[in-house]
Amino acid sequence: MVKIKIKKMPKIKLPTKQPFIDMTPMVDLFSILLIFFLLTGTFRAQEPAPVDTPFSISEKPTPDFNNMTIVFSSDNRVFFNIDNGPDTLLKFRPKILECVGQRFNIEFTPEELRKFEKYNTSIGVPIEKMKEFLNAEDPSLREALQTGIPYDSLNNQLEVWVLCARQINPAVMASLKGDARTEFPTVRRILDILQDKNVNRFNLVTSLRAVKVEDTENK
Amino acid sequence: MADIGGAQETGKKGGKKRRPGRRGVVRVDMTPMVDLMCLLITFFMLTTAFSKPKIMEIVLPEKIKKEKEKEEAPKIAKSRTLNVILGPENKVLWYTGAVDDPKNPPPLQVTDFSPTGIRALLLERNRALFRKIEQFNNDVISGKIKMPLDSIEAAVTRLKKEDDTGPIVLIKAYKTSNYGNFVDILDEMSIVGIARYAIVDINWIEEQMVEKTLGITPGSAQ
Repeated sequence: MVKIKIKKMPKIKLPTKQPFIDMTPMVDLFSILLIFFLLTGTFRAQEPAPVDTPFSISEKPTPDFNNMTIVFSSDNRVFFNIDNGPDTLLKFRPKILECVGQRFNIEFTPEELRKFEKYNTSIGVPIEKMKEFLNAEDPSLREALQTGIPYDSLNNQLEVWVLCARQINPAVMASLKGDARTEFPTVRRILDILQDKNVNRFNLVTSLRAVKVEDTENK
Repeated sequence: MADIGGAQETGKKGGKKRRPGRRGVVRVDMTPMVDLMCLLITFFMLTTAFSKPKIMEIVLPEKIKKEKEKEEAPKIAKSRTLNVILGPENKVLWYTGAVDDPKNPPPLQVTDFSPTGIRALLLERNRALFRKIEQFNNDVISGKIKMPLDSIEAAVTRLKKEDDTGPIVLIKAYKTSNYGNFVDILDEMSIVGIARYAIVDINWIEEQMVEKTLGITPGSAQ
């Protein structure tokens, strides 16, 4: 008998080293993306109340400054926001708060004014609670104080805010940013308050929607 | 992970005297950096707003405060008047002309904000002007009319001013209509290119007409 030596097949040598993946291009790509997002985006300020703006076909962008925004949410709360003007050195925000405070005999300390200047979202705090609001450390406490600016005829603080904003910055334009579900009488009331203070031109903040209209008949 | 082998190798060599350029490059483990980048990108993507919100301009007529300044309200032709009332639940009601006899008001038509609703109606009434504006825009795009971009808007405004056949739309809002409807109807005005429209307070006759048409009892509509 012939002895057949069964030779084992040679093992395939597996590389003991783990495969090395070069991460450098990935890092490059991510850096580029990161820089892109940093440069193109602007920070979205957190609104104190959810506001779903209605849609329109208008393509005009909101102005960067000289803008006072009146925000109203679907639960009929009203908020007010104003920017610092074309130059941050003008410090319109603290001046306006000071002006509103004076009308209600409330004096704000320089530190409180500085806090107000930095606080960049819209404010819906009755002026009596403003000090408490500005000195609150806890964001949830602040949230609880945002009960909306009173705008009824007995205690019309919104009117004072509008008046002061117009006094401090005469070039200011009014924007209305409202939730689509807000009832119309609220809107009418806000428009009335503004018109009482001789603001007749409004910018309604809307989201863009594309609409194509075709003249269907006898074309 | 990706570079453990490499890292160990360099670790072994640490004991010996360092010979420069022996095994070429020293590999740096990039994985944590990639992780960090991923996180940062996600963060910025979520917190930034790319498109600025858009604005729609409206100008309301000045309020007359002093009695003596009171002027006669401008008279408008009844035949051109189209009353649009914003109703509850996104309904739109309309009638033409004016209410002559409060006891026998004109019937209200009910429609909605769909393209075949109020837009079709407005378009039909405003066809002459809409055609003109469309023709003008096409001419600008195709290059028949050459004008700087910033004067196009003024030219369209001029076209609207010259128009004297389109409807005069009076927009009124019933108390349970909402802000979205209000913006929608103003939007329709700019879509269809209505030259003349005004926002008018609703009067009690029209409120009653709405209630009668939609079958609302006045008490429940609060």
